Amino acid sequence: MSTAAMTAPLAAPREDASAFTRDRAMWGAIMLAPYVLVFAVMVVYPVAYGLWLGLNWNSYRALFADPIFIRTVVNTIVFLFVAVNLKFLIALGLSGFFVQQRPWIRIVLVLFILPWAVPSIPTILSFRVMLNPENGMLNQQLFQWFGIMEGPGWLTDPTLAFMSSIFVHIWKSLPFWTLILITGRLAIAADLYEAASVDGANRWQQFRFITWPSLATLYVTSTMLSMIWTLGDFNSVYLLTGGGPGDLNHVLATLGIRYMRNNNLDLGIASIIVAMPLILPMVFVMVKRLSKGPDA
Amino acid sequence: MKKFLDEGKLLLVAIPVLVWTLLPIYHLFVLSISNQESMLAGKLWPDQPTLQNFQIVFAQQHYYLHNFWRQMFNSFLIAVATGLITLFVATFAAFAIARLKVKGGRTIMNLALATYLIPAAFLAIPMYKAMGSYGLLNTQASLILAMVALASPYAIWVLKQASDKLPKELDEAAVMDGATSIQLFRLVYLPLMKPSMVVIGIYALLLAWNEYLYAFLLLSSEKAVPLAVGLGLFLSADDAPWNLLMAAGLLYAIPPALIYYLFRKNMVGGLTSGAVKS
Repeated sequence: MSTAAMTAPLAAPREDASAFTRDRAMWGAIMLAPYVLVFAVMVVYPVAYGLWLGLNWNSYRALFADPIFIRTVVNTIVFLFVAVNLKFLIALGLSGFFVQQRPWIRIVLVLFILPWAVPSIPTILSFRVMLNPENGMLNQQLFQWFGIMEGPGWLTDPTLAFMSSIFVHIWKSLPFWTLILITGRLAIAADLYEAASVDGANRWQQFRFITWPSLATLYVTSTMLSMIWTLGDFNSVYLLTGGGPGDLNHVLATLGIRYMRNNNLDLGIASIIVAMPLILPMVFVMVKRLSKGPDA
Repeated sequence: MKKFLDEGKLLLVAIPVLVWTLLPIYHLFVLSISNQESMLAGKLWPDQPTLQNFQIVFAQQHYYLHNFWRQMFNSFLIAVATGLITLFVATFAAFAIARLKVKGGRTIMNLALATYLIPAAFLAIPMYKAMGSYGLLNTQASLILAMVALASPYAIWVLKQASDKLPKELDEAAVMDGATSIQLFRLVYLPLMKPSMVVIGIYALLLAWNEYLYAFLLLSSEKAVPLAVGLGLFLSADDAPWNLLMAAGLLYAIPPALIYYLFRKNMVGGLTSGAVKS
């Protein structure tokens, strides 16, 4: 009897509810439409067009026959490995420095994030001028202080120029990842450390058994994200050395543009498609991780 | 005593970190107030600091700087348009996905995330070709569209996460009162989302202001390009007047840096909810 009494008043709202469901479905579609349109026009069509242009088998042959391409692939792998690991080791250490509670350290932190806040063009061009082997400030100062007549060819020696690009890349992206690891460290409960020091744990043991286990997931997620974005770093290479000297220092992010500017679009497209087996698995894993939630 | 030792150790970290961080920015500043001679001598501090470089930039009295103000305005226009359009697109999409639970919303969200993660440098050539076939090459609309496409995915993601945190009961209460979807959006959703929307608007604006690669691919006329590309023109000569470039570069760098610092708290707050593109 109570069921009968219950269903009667519920019947009316149900009709309302289905009207609302229709309203929701309609507005949902309308409001999602602008992004779907942007996505179709600016992502789906370009990618499909690119793949279609990439169907030319000969361009892959030409690509693999090009010594600059082979060199670029090796460069990219070295760049990724060195830049990402070095950056994260430094960021891990520095985040430990910045969580110290001192007013002056807060000021240091404010200055430390400058490379992240300032646009790349002026700062990378500043590096470029500073590292100029002839009249750049660095070599001029080496001469004045140490009497070194011919300072290192920071941008003209192939190996040094490559290292300079890695250096600039780390300079630019270090603050961001340090900030991320700082937020990670701040989330660790302080009484864990207190308990540990009461038990006589030294600094290393505290890091090994408290800090690292709490940071590990964030560290791995961040490293993977950083790998993908490092792979796409066009500016640190292109604006500093232009991929030179002698096109020896390109990475995959700059090589496509170089081919295109040499009126060799087919090779440009092919070089991008060849990079996809490297990029897409990482993207796939990251989409799965990120869509679960921020801390996954 | 131990306290002093600790402080000393911290200083031993702080000093190299500051030197490393500030060196290129200091160099940028020093060149911008150096005359040609001091610059070529690589002086740590110019013999006679001068503001002449800025005067030349302001008056556009150099071949590379003839369109300085025009390009500054272009940068501003492109950044503001990107910010506003991204906000419009992303707020609607986030509301549809998170609150209206539109069909296929999850798929769109994942596709957007994938776009966000694929480095922009690898989408540049396909986008350039597509713009060619749309007949939009060399129009600022093409750059704005491209920047909206690059900024929206992260914007949607952040806004969706913020939306998920709003209590469900709010929607339910509003629906009980007979609110339609659009009223729900206007009266309940928008006011609560304002803080996240500020962060996202700034994110998109700065992304567009700082962009170099897409701007130099999609635009070629010197009157249409933003300042980032205008500064890049200095690369075409070996003996370019670097001191002028640095003065112009400083003027270009100040607005975004100011915005970063003004909204630092919000930006870092946004970080904890995920990861901002570095």
